[in-house]
Amino acid sequence: MPAPPSANGEPDRHAPEALRQGFEDAGYIADNELIMAISLTFRLDRPLLLEGETGVGKTEVAKTLAKVLDCPLIRLQCYEGLDANAAVYEWNYQRQLLAIKIWETEDISAAEKERHVFEEEFLLRRPLLQAISMDKPPVLLIDEIDRSDEEFEAYLLEVLSEFQITIPELGTIEARSVPHVILTSNRSRELSDALRRRCLYHFVDYPTEAKELRIVTARVPEMGQKLAAQVVRFVQALRQEDIDKKPGIAETLDWAHALTGQGIDDLAGNQDVVEDTLLCLLKTKEDRDAIPGEVVGRIFSKAV
Amino acid sequence: MTGLATSPGAGEAAVVGRIVAYVRLARDNGFPVGIDESLDALRLAEGVDLATPAPLRSGLKALLCAGEADWRRFDELFDAYWLGRGVKRAGLISGAGGSTPGTAAGEPPPDLPPALIERAEGAGGEAQAGGGEAQASGGEARRAGASAAEALGKTDLRHIDDPEELAKVYELARRLAARIKRRLTRRQRVRAKGRRLDLRNTIHRSLAYGGTPMRPVFRARRTKPMRLVMFLDVSGSMSLYSTFFMRFMRGVIDNFRHADAFVFHTSLVHIGPALRERNLERAIERLGLMSAGWSGGTRIGESLATFNRNYAKGTLNRRTIVIIVSDGYDTGPPELLAEQVRLLRRRAKRVIWLNPMIGWRDYEPVAAGMAAALPHIDLFAPAHNIESLAALEPYLARI
Repeated sequence: MPAPPSANGEPDRHAPEALRQGFEDAGYIADNELIMAISLTFRLDRPLLLEGETGVGKTEVAKTLAKVLDCPLIRLQCYEGLDANAAVYEWNYQRQLLAIKIWETEDISAAEKERHVFEEEFLLRRPLLQAISMDKPPVLLIDEIDRSDEEFEAYLLEVLSEFQITIPELGTIEARSVPHVILTSNRSRELSDALRRRCLYHFVDYPTEAKELRIVTARVPEMGQKLAAQVVRFVQALRQEDIDKKPGIAETLDWAHALTGQGIDDLAGNQDVVEDTLLCLLKTKEDRDAIPGEVVGRIFSKAV
Repeated sequence: MTGLATSPGAGEAAVVGRIVAYVRLARDNGFPVGIDESLDALRLAEGVDLATPAPLRSGLKALLCAGEADWRRFDELFDAYWLGRGVKRAGLISGAGGSTPGTAAGEPPPDLPPALIERAEGAGGEAQAGGGEAQASGGEARRAGASAAEALGKTDLRHIDDPEELAKVYELARRLAARIKRRLTRRQRVRAKGRRLDLRNTIHRSLAYGGTPMRPVFRARRTKPMRLVMFLDVSGSMSLYSTFFMRFMRGVIDNFRHADAFVFHTSLVHIGPALRERNLERAIERLGLMSAGWSGGTRIGESLATFNRNYAKGTLNRRTIVIIVSDGYDTGPPELLAEQVRLLRRRAKRVIWLNPMIGWRDYEPVAAGMAAALPHIDLFAPAHNIESLAALEPYLARI
């Protein structure tokens, strides 16, 4: 187990109140449960697992946290087939080959060459190794962990509990500082129980109407209160429909930008514009077909 | 809810005691809580003031939950314990959906399909009554279908109730599962021969030759287990087959790391976790709770729609084979069924429909829903005897 961060050193920055203020200043409207969960990652030294639909702002949490703590953000985007070469480290083969060629003429034994070639200067640091070898603890975002395969998940679990990485040619590298780890998952695959237990958990839901309105106001300040309220009501009603890919906050913001770009300050009387810009919210043909004109009209009349 | 923290010392001890008890309650309710979590819960409770439970709630929620289902029911449990709401519930809160706790544990409800009752029988005394009933109905089926003696493999599945035969079914499921277990993936491993050079190991070996790669090492693609999702129709028209297929599903689940199972009738029930349950009594209890609400009619389209809406995203991928076992008699609109099968097909690798009725002479897929769904099905095959199931083996091996 890594040593816990000094509770006395900087207790203020990790307390819930400080975090809430920081997130608000950075323009991220977080609810109390999320703030508490983040605060606990510092106190209990556990990674935070964020689950939820796409576009509800999971990745944004990590970015904002890095901003609030004023530390670097290191991002590891997971995908199927992700392996240690891409996630942890790789040897710089070109330089290695070059070095071997240069030494060809010199009188060095093979064993010595081998030792030189596998020194740290030939090592390419990938996100995980980078994250544990920084002086100041960074925020490590492991994005869409559900896309990686089980083997990698198991390896990751080991790194997250030991915070050391073993490189056969070099030996074990201990963490210089323990990063603040945030994992996100879209639930395209069930994660292992072990990883779930290791992590603190927070489910990021679609925001309530009041919260979404605050987000839109914070992110699109040039938008009038009236239009913002209409936009949020419309999107909230649209999410109740039976569609495959429900619009997330990112989509709401896109749409808000699109509408302000059109110079509109009131949805009333602008149903045609709504229908034209609906592609910001519904991004598959199936969903577009599932919401025909009359449904748009119904939602529209409720929202305006 | 207030008044516990009167004096600092006594208050703290009381809080610790209550937290320990609460963590134990959470564990009894199926939250994944171990010793580490208990200790962390205590650390979290340091300096907590019970007069304002909100921070304690969000803290424990983040710590004790491990998934969306936990997340959704946490507040209920928290309120029951800390705020004294709904404490009359005998301590246990049932599953995520808040299913009706009407049936007493261990006693299978009357409309449980025969296969489940059969398993109930093994559990011991409490379930005897139900088991007897199932045997009676099984005997009836045997009489109704009695016909000329056939080779065992050709016996219609409705007539199979001999334990040896059922063991064969299990064995067959195991063999089929083994056939489709592993497929190629994008992950690679080191091989003596392959398409791509493995630079790391090549350089390693070349050092002995002064840097000239005399013995190159290659990488080849790795194989990866396939996934399997099975749907079993347990409606009245299929009831004679459900014992058999329930056994078959269990065989597949036991032998397949990534398999899941659902049954449907008028609605969809996720039975995968219950089939995996090693503790028989708990399995029966879970199946019993799930089966509540089964009644007449078959809504295949609607059931598949439930699946597509709630489960498909986490269960289906391009390595998933979907097997539907049903006679295709759907009381819902045929377009709905066709549409839902089409959606399934889009997300999965193959959709196989096994129909026990094809084995009957003169059967044609006249059921409107069945006919509508046909274009989206990769393989439409009979499944009325062990032989016909075994015939799937070469097909599955090719996928």
